[in-house]
Amino acid sequence: MSEPANSLLAQGARTRRRRASEARFRACGLAAIGIAALALIVLLTSVISSGVGAFKQTYITLEIALPEAKLDKTGQRDPAQMAKVTTFGYAPLLGDALLAQVDAVGITTPLPTKEIAGMISKEAVATLRDHVLANPGLVGGTVTLDVLADGRIDGYFKGRVTMQSAALDGNTSPEALRVAQALADAGVIETRLNWRFLTAPDASDQRPEAAGLGVAILGSLYMMAVVLVLALPIGVAASIYLEEFAPRNRISDLIEVNISNLAAVPSIVYGILGLAIFINFAGLRQSSPLVGGLVLTLMTLPTIIISTRAALKSVPPSIRDAALGVGASKMQSVFHHILPLAAPGILTGTIIGLAQALGETAPLLLIGMVAFVREYPAAYSDAADLFGEAATALPVQVFNWTQRADPGFAERASGAIITLLIFLAVMNIAAVLLRRRFERRW
Amino acid sequence: MMWVFDTILSLPVLVIGLAVLAMIGAQVRARLAAGGDLRRLAALPRAHAVNAALSVLIPVLACYAALSVARMIGRQQGAQILPDRTLFWAVLAVALIGCIDAILRASARFRARAASEAWIKALLIAASTTAILTTVGIVFSMVFEAANFFGQYGWRDFFLSTEWAPNFRGNSALGILPLLWGTLYVSFIALAFAVPVGLFAAIYLSEYAGPRLRGIAKPLIEILAGIPTIVYGLFALITIGPMLRDYFAQPLGLGDSASSVMTAGLVMGIMLIPFVSSLSDDAMGAVPQAMRDGSSALGATRSETIRQVVLPAALPGIMGAVLLAASRAIGETMIVVLGAGAAARLSLNPFEAMTTITVKIVSQLTGDTDFASPETLVAFALGLTLFTLTLCLNVVALMIVRKYREQYE
Repeated sequence: MSEPANSLLAQGARTRRRRASEARFRACGLAAIGIAALALIVLLTSVISSGVGAFKQTYITLEIALPEAKLDKTGQRDPAQMAKVTTFGYAPLLGDALLAQVDAVGITTPLPTKEIAGMISKEAVATLRDHVLANPGLVGGTVTLDVLADGRIDGYFKGRVTMQSAALDGNTSPEALRVAQALADAGVIETRLNWRFLTAPDASDQRPEAAGLGVAILGSLYMMAVVLVLALPIGVAASIYLEEFAPRNRISDLIEVNISNLAAVPSIVYGILGLAIFINFAGLRQSSPLVGGLVLTLMTLPTIIISTRAALKSVPPSIRDAALGVGASKMQSVFHHILPLAAPGILTGTIIGLAQALGETAPLLLIGMVAFVREYPAAYSDAADLFGEAATALPVQVFNWTQRADPGFAERASGAIITLLIFLAVMNIAAVLLRRRFERRW
Repeated sequence: MMWVFDTILSLPVLVIGLAVLAMIGAQVRARLAAGGDLRRLAALPRAHAVNAALSVLIPVLACYAALSVARMIGRQQGAQILPDRTLFWAVLAVALIGCIDAILRASARFRARAASEAWIKALLIAASTTAILTTVGIVFSMVFEAANFFGQYGWRDFFLSTEWAPNFRGNSALGILPLLWGTLYVSFIALAFAVPVGLFAAIYLSEYAGPRLRGIAKPLIEILAGIPTIVYGLFALITIGPMLRDYFAQPLGLGDSASSVMTAGLVMGIMLIPFVSSLSDDAMGAVPQAMRDGSSALGATRSETIRQVVLPAALPGIMGAVLLAASRAIGETMIVVLGAGAAARLSLNPFEAMTTITVKIVSQLTGDTDFASPETLVAFALGLTLFTLTLCLNVVALMIVRKYREQYE
């Protein structure tokens, strides 16, 4: 028995078409969310997988002989005299020590001695010299020291450098990697956790293995301090005026439109502002955390003002009225009652604003924070005043490393990004927890 | 011994000392006027003290700020018009006047609380003018140098020339058109990716998703907005760029550059998804439920309701979202610096490296800069163009969003 043509139980062609289009539309929506989630996952995994190596580092354990004849000819152990021996005087000692190790392990290799010595980082010589100068008593004996391995050897143990890529590379060779592998099997070369990455200063183009984030983290901290000290009070004061006192007129309208526009001005424009006003006009020092902090303050202010105003607005008027009713002045009602109640919201907004400022790069490039800085900047010095010493910042350090030729720096840049993202995650989680803990619904 | 003297005489110490003196003086005078009965006073002695401190500190701050600016202007003109000593004595005089005035004004009938609050209000007003000062600072910092640039380089050549070839020995071609083209091309690709994805995500979240999926997916998408642009830049440089080159550009014979308009555009598109989706989500959330119910009652399916009722009603909000995203895309710097390349080129091939206004601002203003040459000054003209462009987009977007909000409230 066949269904009648117009049965309620059978779908007509048009209904079917409409149902199908409904399903398609819905699938599109789900796909869009899927694409966004996928993008996030791919982004994070790609950065993390290429950056996690920066937190590990390959070291060579060497027994280094320190002959008196070379390091301290006078025999006085006088640090001033010993400092005259430059790193060139120390370099052969390291090479000899590694050759001795290779022989002791029993590796035979056609590799010339120069290339074997090249497996040690160029940074190691300075490390050794500093160590000896700090402990003059070591001269004449031997010292056991863990020194950094060269970037290519380090890359081999992290999987970045392979036998195939080494064959094409002028800086290393498959034979060197084989020797390194044999040394690692004998326990002379070891890859372990690298806390130096977070504390050491930047290193020059040839030594990615020695580069660290110490100066950048310090510079970022200084800038955050400047932003916090300036943006929070100014932002809160401005919001209090706009929300509680400003008469509704042209001028306060203008300020409001202004603030919402400032929130959308491209960040690089703030960099131009910083360069023209703070450096060229006011004469502050280039690449100083002070200028960076000032620029970031101006950028963060709109965010803080917008969130503070929302927090002030959410305090119910009955609180205001009650305060005014018992004889408080308008100012007292704001500072004694409304502000404390709005504080969690203000703090949350401030943390989010700070997180934004911490990740900002473009304006800092224009005010000279791309400079190569190896000295830890002091917070205060007589010559440079408060926060005046040259520094870099975390995101700028990332940019800096992406511009270097050695592939070891790509790993460092990703490692720096991981550090940055951890900082940001901690700040944002703190903001969310703060909101959950203290948020009040009236 | 000398340093003790120096510290005592240093300006902050002196000013704070005067403020404390004024606080004590005003309070003592108020108490004397009360004659042992505080009810005779118009304000508590504490209010007198606060007023006294503020009437020293706030004029000092204002005076110091004004003189510092005057000094900077003086140095800019090349004349050392204000020596340190003048500044020292001027500030000290202001502090002293404030101190004496505050002490003398303390009397039984003086409303010290109202007076101190007037000072605080002045401080609040000063804080809220920073927003205007910032805008003024932005405009001034660019207008002067840009005018300087147009004095050395014709505006016709800048706006209408299709060649960008800066040369630090002079005789540069500084036409904005190739940069503008790169900027618009990258932004177009970014929006072509972000608008459909963001819009569909918003539709699904606001119309279909249950509270559980919404609770997971919405924060997840918003994480994308919280990631710094340098991270996206690195992502473009080490992942997307090589991938596009190896799997699309080279097999198709379209080029072999890892940095390309496509790389920067796609990555920027990912960055823009949350901007489009969260504002569109808000806009659709504001459409009254009654309109959906009416449409459903007439027999429309959900997707028909969305397409024919919800989207048209939310269109202004969505337009605002798209315009804001476009302004973000035009002003974005780090993604294009790391992903788009540095060659100024007018080409249609999306797999070729091109450059944008923001990239050139960075490259002309970093390194050795000479603020007299047009090659450096052009960055300010570029910045001004960029600022004007984004400002127009923002103003239109904000106007649309605002106007739309009034409809249903």
